[in-house]
Amino acid sequence: MSTAFATIDELRTALDSGKSSVVEIVTDCIERAEASQDSIHAFIGLRAAGAIDDAKRADARRASGEVLSPLDGIPVAIKDNMVQAGEPTTCASRILEGFVSPYTATAVERLERAGAIIIGRTNMDEFAMGSSTEHSHFGPTRNPWDLTRTPGGSSGGSAAAVAAGIVPAALGSDTGGSIRQPAAFCGVVGMKPTYGRVSRWGLVAFASSLDQIGAFARTARDCAEVIEVIAGHDHRDSTSIPAPVPHYAESFHGDLNGVTLGIPTEYFEAEGVDSDVLESVRAAIGQFEKAGAKTVEVSLPHTRYAIATYYLIANAEASSNLARFDGVRYGHRSRDANGLTQMYRKTRSEGFGTEVQRRIVLGTYVLSAGYYDAYYRKAQQVRTLVRSDFERAFETCDALVTPTSPEVAFAFGDKTDDPLTMYLSDIYTASANLAGIPGVSIPCGRVGGLPVGLQLLGKPLDETTPLRVADAYQRATDHHLHHAGSSE
Amino acid sequence: MADHASQSPDSKYEVVIGLETHVHLRTASKLFSPAPVLYGEEPNHSVHPVCLALPGVLPVLNRHAVELAIRACLATHCTVHERSIFARKNYFYPDLPKGYQISQFEEPLATKGWIEIVIDGADSGESVSEKGDVEPTNKRIRLTRIHMEEDAGKSIHDEGIAGSDATLVDLNRCGVPLVEIVSEPDLRSAAEVSAYLRTLRSLLRYTEVSHADMELGQLRCDVNISLRIRGEQEYGTRTELKNLNSFRFIEEAIEAEVKRQTAILDEGGEILQATLRYDPERRETFVMRLKEDSDDYRYFPDPDLIPLVVSAQEIERIRRQIPELAEQKCERFQSEHGLSEYAATQLTQTRALSDFFEATAVAHGQPKSVANWVLRDVMQATKECDLEIDAIALTPEQLANLIRLVDDGKTTAKSASALLPELVRLGGDPVALVRERGLEAVSDTGVIDQAVADVIAENPENVEKYHQGDEKVINFLMGQVMKKTQGKANPASVREALARVLDQ
Repeated sequence: MSTAFATIDELRTALDSGKSSVVEIVTDCIERAEASQDSIHAFIGLRAAGAIDDAKRADARRASGEVLSPLDGIPVAIKDNMVQAGEPTTCASRILEGFVSPYTATAVERLERAGAIIIGRTNMDEFAMGSSTEHSHFGPTRNPWDLTRTPGGSSGGSAAAVAAGIVPAALGSDTGGSIRQPAAFCGVVGMKPTYGRVSRWGLVAFASSLDQIGAFARTARDCAEVIEVIAGHDHRDSTSIPAPVPHYAESFHGDLNGVTLGIPTEYFEAEGVDSDVLESVRAAIGQFEKAGAKTVEVSLPHTRYAIATYYLIANAEASSNLARFDGVRYGHRSRDANGLTQMYRKTRSEGFGTEVQRRIVLGTYVLSAGYYDAYYRKAQQVRTLVRSDFERAFETCDALVTPTSPEVAFAFGDKTDDPLTMYLSDIYTASANLAGIPGVSIPCGRVGGLPVGLQLLGKPLDETTPLRVADAYQRATDHHLHHAGSSE
Repeated sequence: MADHASQSPDSKYEVVIGLETHVHLRTASKLFSPAPVLYGEEPNHSVHPVCLALPGVLPVLNRHAVELAIRACLATHCTVHERSIFARKNYFYPDLPKGYQISQFEEPLATKGWIEIVIDGADSGESVSEKGDVEPTNKRIRLTRIHMEEDAGKSIHDEGIAGSDATLVDLNRCGVPLVEIVSEPDLRSAAEVSAYLRTLRSLLRYTEVSHADMELGQLRCDVNISLRIRGEQEYGTRTELKNLNSFRFIEEAIEAEVKRQTAILDEGGEILQATLRYDPERRETFVMRLKEDSDDYRYFPDPDLIPLVVSAQEIERIRRQIPELAEQKCERFQSEHGLSEYAATQLTQTRALSDFFEATAVAHGQPKSVANWVLRDVMQATKECDLEIDAIALTPEQLANLIRLVDDGKTTAKSASALLPELVRLGGDPVALVRERGLEAVSDTGVIDQAVADVIAENPENVEKYHQGDEKVINFLMGQVMKKTQGKANPASVREALARVLDQ
C-alpha cells in the first residue's frame, strides 16, 4: 500500500495484517521526505540510517509478538528543538552549529520506548520565535497547499510534514500558538496540552513558563494517541504536573450530549479577522450543536491585553534562556574575536538571526532595573487577570470554541517587514499559553482553497473535552480528509 | 593580632562592617543537578548536562540542601519563610554556563536573625574599664537574611596552566549548593569580623551544615566597609572587598581598606562606591570597578522552578534536629561534668572533640579524669600522628578501658600514654595491648621492695630531709623508684612501700 497520507490507525492495520512492514513504511516515509525537501522543505535533518535500524528492530519485535505499544513501528517527526542522544539539535539557528546532544528529551524518549520511529528533525522559526517558519537559518518551509505561502509557525516543519502526507504524526512545541496556528494553516490537527502535562526536559527553552510540547496528526484520535504517550509526570521537570493521564479515546462517544461550548464574544469581534474564516467557524459550531452540544456566549474581557502581555513575558524569559548560547562550551564561536566581550558579541551577532536578536534586546530591556515594575511585573499581573477570565468562563462551559488564527496562511514576506503584524497573528492562541490551558486546532473548511483552523480550548488538565469535540466533529465531517493536492 | 592603630578608640573614624558570607552546604550532589559535589577532582569531572547548561536541561531542587539551609537559618535565630522564590541573576561569564545564577532575591528563605560573638575588650575598642583591664564582652550581630543559591565554576587565568593568554574553565564547583548569610553593618573592627566568622564556622560545623573549610572555598566572604566620624548616625559610603578566603587575608584586607579610606577622608576626599580586590603581596586594596560600571543583574523569578514551600511542621522537625551548639555545650560541661571553664572551652572547640570526650566520659564515669586524658594525652598523640580528632581509630570505649587500667593500677599512666599514638592510628583492645607489650604495672612486692631499698640506700640526704619533715621529698624518691622499674611499678604500691620503709 502507499503509506502517504495514511493515519496512524491505517498504518497499524497494515502492520497488524502483515500488508506492510515497518521497514517498508519507514523507507517510504524517508523517500517522501527527501523528495519533498526541494519544494516543501519540512526537515532540517533526516535520520535515514538510524530510522531504518529502528524499523528493523520494530519488525523483529512484531515477529516475536513483543509489540511495545499502539505506536510501535509508527514513524514520527520531531521539531528540531527537542534533543535526541547522538543527534544534532539546531533550533534552526546557526548558533547551535555542530551541537550533538548527549541525552534525549523526555517526550522523545517516551516515543522511543513506545517503539515509534523518529525519522527526522523538522524545520521551525529560529528558537521557535515566529509565526511563519520564515525565520530559519536553513531557509523557510513552504505550505503544501500553496508553495507561495507560509505553513505558519513556529512548528511549520512539523505541520507541513503531516500535511504533505510524509508522516502520520509529528511533535511540535507551542509557546504562543506555535502548534495550533501552523496546524490551522496546514489543515491538520495540532494540540498543545496543559502547561506541565508534557515534560519540558530536553526541549530547548524559548519561554519556560509558556513552552509546552504537543503533537500534530491527521485526526483527533491519532493526536490523542501521541499525546497519551508523551504526557505524564517527569521528575526532571519541576513544573511537570503529577496527575494521571487518561485514555482519551475512551471518552470519544461520537455525540456531544451534555457538552456545553462557550463562544468568547471578544474573539469574534476582534479587528482584522477574515469574515470567511469566521463563517467557517460558525458553520462548525452549528455542527457541534447538531451533535448534541449546547452553546453559550462567554466573555474574556482581558483578551485585548493578551498579545502585549505574552510578548513581554516570552521575550523576558527568552533573553535569559538564550544567554547560554555564548560560544564557550558548544555551538558556533566567532573566529575573529579579540577578548571575551568581543567573543560574546561577535558569536551572538553571527549566531542569532535578526528576529531572535530583536527579542533578546526587548526581553533584556523589560527586565532591566527601572523598567522591571512597569513591564515584567505588570505583565505578570495581567497574566493573572487573563487566567481568571478563563476560570470564570469555564464556570458556565466545558470548552471554548474560537478561530485558531484571524486568517488563512499568508504569503512569504507578507509580515516579515512589520514584526507587529506578525505578532498579532497569535491573537487567538497566546492567551491559552498565558493561562496554561490545553488547546487543539482542527481543520473546519477552506477559504480560497486554503484550510481554516478552529480552536477548542479546555480547562486545565482537561485535554479530553477538546479532543472529544474534535473527534465528534471529524466523525460527522470530512474536512480532515482533504489534503494538499487531493480532489474535492 | 596586627596593630590596630587605624581602629583604635582614639581614631576620629568609626569602622562599620557588614559581611556577606557564602557557605557550601554538605550535600552529596549539587543544588539543581545529580552531579556529585567533590573537592580536588580532575577539572570538569563532576559535571552533568545540567551543570554544563546544555540546551534543554532543567533544574530540580535538591531537598537535602534545603534542609541544611534551614538548619543554618534556625541555628542563627532567623525566621524561616514557608514560601520562598528562586530567581535568576543574569550576567555573562565563562564560568557561569547558563548565563545566569539561580539565587533568591525578592523572597529569600529566611530573614532577621542574629549571632552572638565574644570579643576581647582590647579589640572592641569600647569596653576598656577604668583600670585599663580588658573584659570580654558579648555582642549580638544581626543578620539581614539567608538565601540559597548555586555556586559558579572557576575560571583559570594562570598562564602556566593555560599555556597562553587563554582562560580555562573548570565547572566542578558549578552548581554546588550555597547559603549566603548577610549580616547587618554591626561589626566594628577586623577582630570582630574574625570573631563573627569563627563563631559562624563553629556553628556551621556543629550543625553539620558545612565543613566550612576556607581553604577549599567552602566558606568565603565579601566584606562591606565604610567609615564615619565617631558619634555620627549616617553611614559613610561603603566599598566591597570580594571573595576573601582566609582569616589572615580578611583581617589584613580590612586593615588595608580602613587605612585607604582614612587617608582619603583625611585629605577631604570622597569615598566612591566600588568593588575592591586585596593584594596580599603589597598589603593594599585596589579598586576593581566602580559601582556605576556594575552589572544590572535583571533578577526575575526562575520560571523553571516552582516556589519553595516548607511547612511549619517541617521547619519544626528540622529545629528539633539541631544539635547542642558550642556555647551551650561548654556551659553544660561545666555544670554537668564539673569541668573547669578552660577544659570545657577546649573540649567544645569542635563537635567531633566534644562528642569524643562525652562518649568517653559516659563509658568511663569520671568526666574530669577523662577531660585530662583527652586534652593532654589524646590530643598529643593525635597531633603526633598528624590526624584530626574525627579521623582517629581510637574509640571512646577503648580510651575508657585504657584509663580504667590506669585507675585500677593494672598499668601506669606513663605506659598508657605511650600506647596512645598506636591506638590513635590503629585502635585496639587496651587490655590485650598492655599484656602483649608487657606493660602491666609491677605490683610484685619483692621487686618494688628491692627498688625502694636501693633508692633509700642511694639517697641518704633526701631520706634525712624527709625525717626532718620535708614530706615533698617522697615525690622525688617515688620518681627514682619508678625509673628503676622502667615506669611499670604501680605508683600506689610504690608510695605505700616507700612510706612504710621511711616511717619505720
